[in-house]
Amino acid sequence: MSLDKEKEVLIRVKDLEKQFKHNQVLRGINADICKGDVVAVIGPSGSGKSTFLRCLNLLERPTNGQVIFEGTDITSKATKLDVMRQKIGMVFQQFNLFTNMTVMDNVCSGPVLVKGMKREEAEKIAQELLDRVGLGDRGDAYPVQLSGGQQQRVAIARALAMQPDVMLFDEPTSALDPEMVHEVLDVIRSLAKTGMTMVIVTHEMGFAREVANRVLFIDEGIIMEDAAPEEFFAAPKNPRLREFLSKVL
Amino acid sequence: MFSFERMLKIWTKYGSMYWSGLGYTLLFALFGVLMGLVLGLILASGRMLRTNPHDEVYVKGLKWIARSICSIYVEIFRATPMIVQVFVIYYGVGNVLKLPDPAINRMFWGMMAVGFNSAAYMSEVIRSGIGAVPAGQMEAARCLGMSHWKAMSHVILPQAIRNILPAMCNEFVTIIKETSVLGMVGIVELMFRAQSIAKQTFIFLEPYVIVAIMYFIVVFPLSKIIAAVERRMNKSVTR
Repeated sequence: MSLDKEKEVLIRVKDLEKQFKHNQVLRGINADICKGDVVAVIGPSGSGKSTFLRCLNLLERPTNGQVIFEGTDITSKATKLDVMRQKIGMVFQQFNLFTNMTVMDNVCSGPVLVKGMKREEAEKIAQELLDRVGLGDRGDAYPVQLSGGQQQRVAIARALAMQPDVMLFDEPTSALDPEMVHEVLDVIRSLAKTGMTMVIVTHEMGFAREVANRVLFIDEGIIMEDAAPEEFFAAPKNPRLREFLSKVL
Repeated sequence: MFSFERMLKIWTKYGSMYWSGLGYTLLFALFGVLMGLVLGLILASGRMLRTNPHDEVYVKGLKWIARSICSIYVEIFRATPMIVQVFVIYYGVGNVLKLPDPAINRMFWGMMAVGFNSAAYMSEVIRSGIGAVPAGQMEAARCLGMSHWKAMSHVILPQAIRNILPAMCNEFVTIIKETSVLGMVGIVELMFRAQSIAKQTFIFLEPYVIVAIMYFIVVFPLSKIIAAVERRMNKSVTR
């Protein structure tokens, strides 16, 4: 990890713990996510990887520990969470497009409703983003009229419209039909090439290996391995990870 | 034995009384749902108050008290018959906070009873309408940086209204029928009119058959219209 010290730390996670009732999901997670990092998070289901991601923007409030985003402890009472979240984009497994709005309104919603941007200006940005995800002609459609893959691409455009410093992906392709997975991965891949910092919880091992510069293995609520993809997949040190990889690869 | 002839006779003689009775019935029902809507909104907001870990202790306490009061109110009104509520409110509250004119006093507290009752049901309609919006919608809105209220007004409520509106109209239909209990405390409405006609004429079946028909011709088309509107609204979502 000494190499990463030269890079600017964007999110620092310190002793993160999360407990739901009697279920301790996260048992002390420490990690630095640096500017430009593309971090893939993998692990068995129920291992806490989604909870970890949801703690990064405080969708889940940690029971203990800190999440420091761009130098600000967002777990602190004094932090204006709504302001911090504008810089943290999030993409969900279930897309969660606003069903009462058109595609265009969805993408404009952040800039207009949160930043108070003028409608025309926001639409210009939104149109560019929709073009980028290949849906420039679907602005007037409602989410229900789109396929899952299209909805997920709109969701990515919606998050990008806020010009976030980091994008969090929570199993972005897990709810998709197999033939739609690649169109979403393509968008994420091209996003990685722009230098966007990303944390991606995924089951797509091939994709993690190809796109990420770091892969985290979370199991039983702790990070069991944190390595570059070559090392992670070719020479895993942790026995749990070796077992996991032998099952999924 | 039922006689159609007798019924026609009553109708020709007392038709105007029935009409004015129906007018009052609709007035009470309309007032009831409007009051129910306003009070129901307050109750629903109260029941949906959630403490968050950052709240001061006294804020948590106040929220808990407000939530409890609203819940107790709703449960009491839903677990007792409306006719009992009308009697208790009219003879209880109506006798203490008396309006000068007895007839107006009766009417006022009768309407209040309908409104209080409707509020309990309305609050549940609103609450379940909001609850039916998937949690991911709120999460997505908050992730963009929207405040709770901005997310509510731009994302959650516009979706919830689709669930709430039809149920609210159904509540109106129910209330139209339920106001018939107001006649029991001497409030002039459709049922009361039938009772007085029966007492005057010593004819006991036909006046009530007329009432049944009048309720039916109002309620039946109304519920069909609501069902049709509901179907159309659903179509636009699942298209």
